[in-house]
Amino acid sequence: MNALLEILILIVALTDFRLLASSRLATLIDTMVFQALALSVIPLSLTAAPWPWRLMTLVLMTLAVKGVVLPWLLHRAMRTVDVQREIEPFLGFSSSVLLGIVLLGLSFLIVRPLPVTASPGAGSLLAGALFTILTGLVIIISRRKALTQVVGYLSLENGVYACGAALAVEEPLLVEMGVLLDVFVAVFVMGITIHQINREFDHIDTDRLAELKD
Amino acid sequence: MIMTLPFSILHWSLALILAPLLPGIINRTKAWFGGRRGQPLPQAYHDLHKLLRKGAVYSRTTTGIFRLGPVLGLAIVMVALALVPAGALGAPLAFRGDFIFLAYALGLMRFTTVLAALDTGSAFAGMGASREVQFALLAEAALLSGLAVLAAGTGQFSLSGISARLWTPDLHQGGASVLLVAAAVLIVMLAENARIPVDDPTTHLELTMIHEVMVLDHGGVDLAFIQYGAALKLWLFAAIFTGLAIPLRTGRPVLDLGVTVVGIFLTAVAIGVIESTMARLRLLRVPQLLVVALALSLAAFFWTVR
Repeated sequence: MNALLEILILIVALTDFRLLASSRLATLIDTMVFQALALSVIPLSLTAAPWPWRLMTLVLMTLAVKGVVLPWLLHRAMRTVDVQREIEPFLGFSSSVLLGIVLLGLSFLIVRPLPVTASPGAGSLLAGALFTILTGLVIIISRRKALTQVVGYLSLENGVYACGAALAVEEPLLVEMGVLLDVFVAVFVMGITIHQINREFDHIDTDRLAELKD
Repeated sequence: MIMTLPFSILHWSLALILAPLLPGIINRTKAWFGGRRGQPLPQAYHDLHKLLRKGAVYSRTTTGIFRLGPVLGLAIVMVALALVPAGALGAPLAFRGDFIFLAYALGLMRFTTVLAALDTGSAFAGMGASREVQFALLAEAALLSGLAVLAAGTGQFSLSGISARLWTPDLHQGGASVLLVAAAVLIVMLAENARIPVDDPTTHLELTMIHEVMVLDHGGVDLAFIQYGAALKLWLFAAIFTGLAIPLRTGRPVLDLGVTVVGIFLTAVAIGVIESTMARLRLLRVPQLLVVALALSLAAFFWTVR
């Protein structure tokens, strides 16, 4: 397993911990983007140097969507709803990090008996991907603000992308592009929804949506 | 091993002689960031000299424990320092499981300080003691699990053995987990030595102090012992951190020793930079930082045993 892949997986795991530990929305968004950038390079680290043009297109498209468009949308949403940080999550930040440790252990435990042979180091990559997915789930479940939940959703998507990179080296370009388009549209719609929620209720705390009456 | 023993003892002696320079280096770095010249580098030596000439005043409420605390603390940290290797150069003392001994020697040192603080019967000292112990609980877990990861990765059970195997080609686990542990040790170092994200060594507001408030009642020779002990403890952690973070193993004892000493001074500069660029965390946020250190250690653990 090559050193670059090893470092990239560790970066992804560390960004997951940062997502769990941080309360500032700007930090969360930047961390998520950094994670996406690290992940987008992973397909290149799995195969040897003369990369096929399909792979290059995929990587460049991922970089453009996740590195430029999504952060722009999210930062804009953050500005319009004027929310700086997650104040009172359902699960505290220290507890989230402790839960993250358990989840990381669990991910390695789950992947260990699996015969992952797509490429050398794919097992570890799969564990990192699983950890990223679980982190995204924890964030979606345990945070109040709609914007934080969007970040959790994107972390989850990052994990799915890493899973794809670990398991299917020769993934159809069309499928990847479709996923990327989905994510873009989802975040776009979520941005509008958050804006609407904020305009109607003066906040984006999703738990209070349960009190909705007609 | 016989050949390197004199150099190991030399490292220990150098630590005893040069350790008071470290606070000076940190202060000068902070002064440089603040646009000042700062106190002279050997300021700590002058302070120690001044304190050693003074007598001590003991409150009538204190007992012998109060007088014993600083002496024991200094003695323990001097022993603990003998376990710390300088890069590939082994330590004067090395045995199986000595990293557990090291962690608990530091715990014992903390225990003596805390006992002496509680012995004064002052509410402030008690408050500082309770905070110190609370944070130590988390810091110790991070340090021990970090060192255990290295033991598992290298197959060695003494600090010297671990350090000799690190960053060599036969280290099969790669450097990633070593760097994770180094980051955890850095956080533990800042917490254990009462540096800025955790505790502000220059503050004299009782409500924000942790370590400083415990030693308020000591004076004269006792205070000199405490300050010297603190400098030695800083050297100890800086030596461990240097061994982990600087992947340079020359194989020649003189060079290894030189690399380590330079690395320790650079670590002091790094601490100065951290102190100048970061604000002290709110007290409630400190456990969170230490939990992150624990997370780094355990991530390294999963990475090693996967």
